[in-house]
Order: sequence, then C-alpha cells, then structure tokens
Amino acid sequence: MSANFGLIVSRILEGLPTTVWATLGGIALTIVLSFAAGLGMLSRLAVVRWVSRFYVEIFRGTSEVVQLFWIFFALPLLVGFQLVPLFAGIVVLGLNHGAYGGEIVRGAVQSVPRAQHEGAIALNLSAANRMVRVILPQAVVEMIPPFNNLFIQLLKSSALLVFISAGEMTEISEQLRPTLGPDLVLVYTVVLVFYLLLAIVITVVMRQLERVGARRLGRVPRERRRVLSRGHAPDSAGGL
Amino acid sequence: MTVDWSWHAVAEAFPLLLRGLVVTLEITVLAALLSYVLGLVFAVIRMSRIPVLSQLTFLFIEAVRSTPLLVQVFMFYYVLQSQTGILLSAFLSGVIVIGVHYACYTSEVYRAGIEAVPKGQWEAATALNLPRGRVWTSVILPQAVPRVLPALGNYTIAMFKETPLLLGIGVLEMLNRAKEYGAETFRVLEAYTLAGVFFLVISYIASVMVRRLESRVGTL
Amino acid sequence: MVRFDTVAKRFGDTVVLDNLTFDVAPGEFVTLIGPSGSGKTTILRLLMTLERVTDGAVYVAGQPLSHMRKGDNLVPASEKHLRAARKRIGMVFQQFNLFPNMNVLRNLTEAPVRTLGKSRAEAEERARELLDMVGLAEKAEAHPTQLSGGQQQRVAIARALAMDPKVLLLDEVTSALDPELVSGVLRLLEELVRTTDITFLCVTHEMQFARDVSDRVMVLDGGRIIEDGEPEKIFTEPDNERTREFLHAVLDRP
Ligand SMILES: Nc1ncnc2c1ncn2[C@@H]1O[C@H](COP(=O)(O)OP(=O)(O)O)[C@@H](O)[C@H]1O
Ligand SMILES: [Mg+2]
Repeated sequence: MSANFGLIVSRILEGLPTTVWATLGGIALTIVLSFAAGLGMLSRLAVVRWVSRFYVEIFRGTSEVVQLFWIFFALPLLVGFQLVPLFAGIVVLGLNHGAYGGEIVRGAVQSVPRAQHEGAIALNLSAANRMVRVILPQAVVEMIPPFNNLFIQLLKSSALLVFISAGEMTEISEQLRPTLGPDLVLVYTVVLVFYLLLAIVITVVMRQLERVGARRLGRVPRERRRVLSRGHAPDSAGGL
Repeated sequence: MTVDWSWHAVAEAFPLLLRGLVVTLEITVLAALLSYVLGLVFAVIRMSRIPVLSQLTFLFIEAVRSTPLLVQVFMFYYVLQSQTGILLSAFLSGVIVIGVHYACYTSEVYRAGIEAVPKGQWEAATALNLPRGRVWTSVILPQAVPRVLPALGNYTIAMFKETPLLLGIGVLEMLNRAKEYGAETFRVLEAYTLAGVFFLVISYIASVMVRRLESRVGTL
Repeated sequence: MVRFDTVAKRFGDTVVLDNLTFDVAPGEFVTLIGPSGSGKTTILRLLMTLERVTDGAVYVAGQPLSHMRKGDNLVPASEKHLRAARKRIGMVFQQFNLFPNMNVLRNLTEAPVRTLGKSRAEAEERARELLDMVGLAEKAEAHPTQLSGGQQQRVAIARALAMDPKVLLLDEVTSALDPELVSGVLRLLEELVRTTDITFLCVTHEMQFARDVSDRVMVLDGGRIIEDGEPEKIFTEPDNERTREFLHAVLDRP
C-alpha cells in the first residue's frame, strides 16, 4: 500500500461533509419539489397543471450540467448576485431531480386504487383530507423504491459541483491530481469507495423505510434483498 | 430591472454552438452504440450463471451504477494518460466511459427483455435440439430486442444530456463552446441559455421519437 | 327521502339508466334486484355522487344531489354543495374499501373527526360502541388486513354508521365473502333495520334476506324498473315475465 494512503484518505475526508450536505440538501429540495410538481400535475386547476408540467419538462429536457452553469454563471447577470457554490449546487440538484421526482409522485398517487378515493368520498371527507389522510399515506410507500434510485442519481450528480468549486470530494481529488501522479489510481479508488458507501447508506435507509411503510399498510415486507441490486434505474432520460 | 439580453450575441454564438453540437452528437452516438453492445454482453454473462465471471460482472455493474460518471471519466482519462503512456484523446475517453457506464444500465434493460420472453420458447428451442448459441441468436434475442428499443432510446437521451460533463477533461462539446464564447465576450447568459435550448429541443424531438417507437413495439 | 326524477345515465353510447323515476320513503328498506349489468350499482353510485346523472335529477331529503338551485334553474353542483349532500348518505361497498393505512379504530374515527368536527375522544367512544355492536370490540387496534372478509365488511358497516347517515347504500355487501361468513353480516343488517330509522337501498343476491327484510323490491332490467312492489308479491307471483325468468335463474328452481 502506498505511503500516501493516509494522506489521501484524510484529504478526501475533508470533502466528504460538503458532498454529504449537498446530497442531503438536494434530497430535501427534491422531496419538496417532487410533491409540489407531482400533485400540481394532478391539480384540478389547468394553470397549476400547466406550470408543473412546464417545470418538469424544462428540467428533464435540459442537461443537468447546463442547468448548473446557467444558475451559477448566467443567473447572477439577471439577479445581480452569485449564489454560494454549495447553495447553488443544492438548488440545481434539487431542481433537476425534483422534476424526475414529480413523475414518481404523480405515478404513485395515480396507482392508488379508485376504490380508496370512493371509500373516502362515501365518508364525506374533503378533497384535501382524501389526499392527505387516505391517498398520500398509501402512495408514499409506492414512491420509496423509485426515490431510492433517484437519490443515488442525485448523490452521483453531486460530483458535478466540482465545476463550481464547492469543495466536495471530487474537487479534492482534482486538487490531489497534480501532486500525487503515481498514486492516481489510489486517489480515485478512495473517492469511488466513499461514493459507493454513501450510496449503500442511502439504500439501507430507504429499504428500512420501505419495510416500515409496507408494515403500516399491512403488507408482508418483501424478503431482505442484497443492498446492491436495486433493479431498474429511474427513467433518467425523459425529456418532454 | 432591465435584462441585458443581446440577440446579436445569440446569433454570434449560434454557429459556434452548432459546431459543439456536432461533437456532442458524435459522442452520444458512439457511446450509445458501445452501451448497446456491451450491455447485451453484460446481460448474457450475468444470466449465463458462469461461476465467478457472472458475479464479478454483477459487482462491476452495481459499483459503476452507484458512483459518479464524472469521477469515472477523470479516473479513466488521467490514469491512462499518466500511468500507461497510452494517449487516448479526451473525446475517445469520454465515449468509452459514458458507453461503459450506460452499458451497466442497458444490461438491466436487456435482462428484463430476455426474461420477458416466455419460458416455453426456451423449452421449445431445447426440444428442437438447437445449440445454445443458436437459441440465443435465432430464438431469444429476436424476440427480446424489439421490446427493449424504447428503453434503449431513453438511455440514449440520458447519455446525450450527460455529455457536457466531458468539458471537465477539455472535450470541445456544446457546453464547452458556450463557455468559451462566454469567456471571450462576457455574454454568458445568452451562451448558456442557447445551449439549454439546444438540449431541450433535441431531447424533445428524441423523446417524441421514442414514444412513437413505444407505441409500435410496446413497453417492457 | 330519495327521489329519482326521470334520471338518465349514459356512458358514451351505452344507456345504463333509461329515464328512471322512483321514490323511497324515509325509513324504507328497498332492495334492488336484477340481472348483472342492469344498472343497480349505477343507481347507488349516483346517490353517493360517485357518478353524475346525464339527464334528470336525483333528490335526497328534497335537495337536488348533483345539481343545486340557482334561481329557478338547476346548475351542476359545486364541491361545497356535494359535501353538504353527502352528509346524509353512507355507502358500503362489495370490496369493503377499508383504508389500509389506518387501523380499525382509525378507519372509524377519521371521518367523524375531520368532517363532523368531533373530538378524537368523542369519535373513539362512538367507534367503540359501534365495534361492540358489530361484534368486533376486541379488534379496534387490529389492522384491516388481519381480519377475515366478514369482519372487514362489518368494520366497513360500522365505519359508515359512524357518520350517522340518513340513507345507507349497500352494494352486494356479501358477494365478496366466503359462504360461511355471509350470515354474520346479514344478521347485523337485519338488526340495523330493526333498531334504526335509516333508509336503505340495498343491492343483493341474497333472495331470502331480501324477502325477509325489504319493505319493497324493485326489479331492474336494462336500466328500467320492470317491477316494483312488496317482496311477497314479487317473489311469489311476479307480473313480469323477465322477473320470473330472473328469479328462476337466481333461485335455481327447476
Ligand atoms: N364507468 C363506466 N363506463 C362505461 N360503462 C359502464 C361504467 N360503469 C358501468 N357501466 C356499464 O353500465 C351498465 C350497468 O352497470 P352496473 O350499474 O354496474 O350494473 P349492475 O350493478 O346491475 O350489475 C353495465 O353494462 C356496465 O358495463
Ligand atoms: Mg353491481
């Protein structure tokens, strides 16, 4: 093992908090935007549907890197100030993945059987209560596996923050590159292993949520699966 | 607030971005082809249950899918350059890494497509005493491939949208051209907006085509 | 209590209800029978405002359901009007439609708390009374999926009663149950008929039950009422040939 191993790990660890914060912040914003867009696309008001659809299509139809450049370098010319890199990164990660998440929320809400809506109407629950008390609690459980995939995509995208110098792990590895030439394989391997571990943490947490959710709905939780093997990736393509 | 927007800059950047777009599309097409072929290879290896090899492929796929494409690009490009002396252009490195990365996704698509071929087809082919390779090429794949086309199309659009990250290793694709133009003229807003519009328009057209394909062959 | 005034219901070109007119008096138990596809469920779904009439009007307690009065005209109802109308009506479904994200007690208390503005304690007290009445007092904390079909349906009935409906709609409430569980649910319904003044509209294939508890039986065929009268008369000497055929078929008489 290279003598520089300790140095490499400790340097990469310096970037870990930023990667984690960017990912957590991005996930939080993604969840908010996914529900706003997903429910918006199901709204009775045409304007709301139209605005939600517009947001989803714009952010799925353009490239995430372009979005990052636009918000960090071009937007300041419009508004007169530049966002702090980490903050800009969180905004872009959230906006981009929120657009994909909107489709997840919409699909999950629509997958709740009609009979559940009708049962709730027969009890004279208001439209808001039907959604919040009856439909969403069931839909949320359906959303967990696709959100797991989406959050891992988001974690992967956090590496793009190297382009705006947010100080996360990928940027540290870029800083190490000129000086640690012979140990380059080790540098990147360490970085990749950290990302892999973070991805596994996300999956373990989401699996746990999935089991809790399934139990709440009185379903037998699926057997334990390996932490790797997540099945299909989310529709990372999309477009209009 | 007045928006300082120059149509003149848009007109100026347009041909420059078009040149970048050609590179972007070349990368997309080559990487996509690589991912179609390699994805199928991965899928067949994984389903073949060849001891060790099949598990290694599985681990490789999962590791690649769980880590950032950008880091993989850096690793491949710089390690190859500095340690092996093989001088692969940034362009080709980009094609290879995006192609391999997405092969890890398309392999899942192929797997689903192959599993969707009814069991009876295998049994019938076996009953005819066809050799194993023959079963794959003349019975299973001809049924599986049409069904996976829409999903491959969607991943191709995804690859198209990933290409800008290759500006990290200096590939002169569309976003890099926009960046270049912005640096020279300070018309960053126009340049990046135009790049965004190009992406939007092309992925829109492509997704309409994929949807047509979907309605022809159905989804998995 | 319930009045259908030349109600037509069409889905595209298919006529499901054909200018239907009838009245149901307060406290009456009316059973709807007829071949599959004759429009029985549609009548109940119109009353529950799960469907809207194509033509005509439905009244409950004198109030138009899916329309409201605006001056001299009837205009399509607003959500507010619909919610006011639904206050009087409850429905029990063939497939129970219990909420899987709530335990049994919560299934019974959620709507009274959210809609009737009851306190949770109040709603729970009433819910436990009702569960006791349907013989499931000890299942209050259970999850719906832990119950048998018959138990689930009794919970669904209790849940509808928790909203104090004036009209209760029952759509083949025993059809999804295993045969040995049917009688428990029917006995519960008989008791309700005896002890409450709820108006019932009931679709069922349990002819003996219909004969025992109904004040009136309406026979539907092709979206029309082909016969309407006392159960004894309908079951023993029906006027209509189609009624006779239908009863022969379901009662499996030679
Ligand atoms: N949502 C719908 N769309 C189209 N046709 C429907 C719909 N609901 C019911 N129908 C048709 O209306 C007719 C009556 O249905 P229903 O009231 O369920 O009959 P019943 O309960 O007497 O069996 C049937 O022919 C059915 O196919
Ligand atoms: Mg019916």
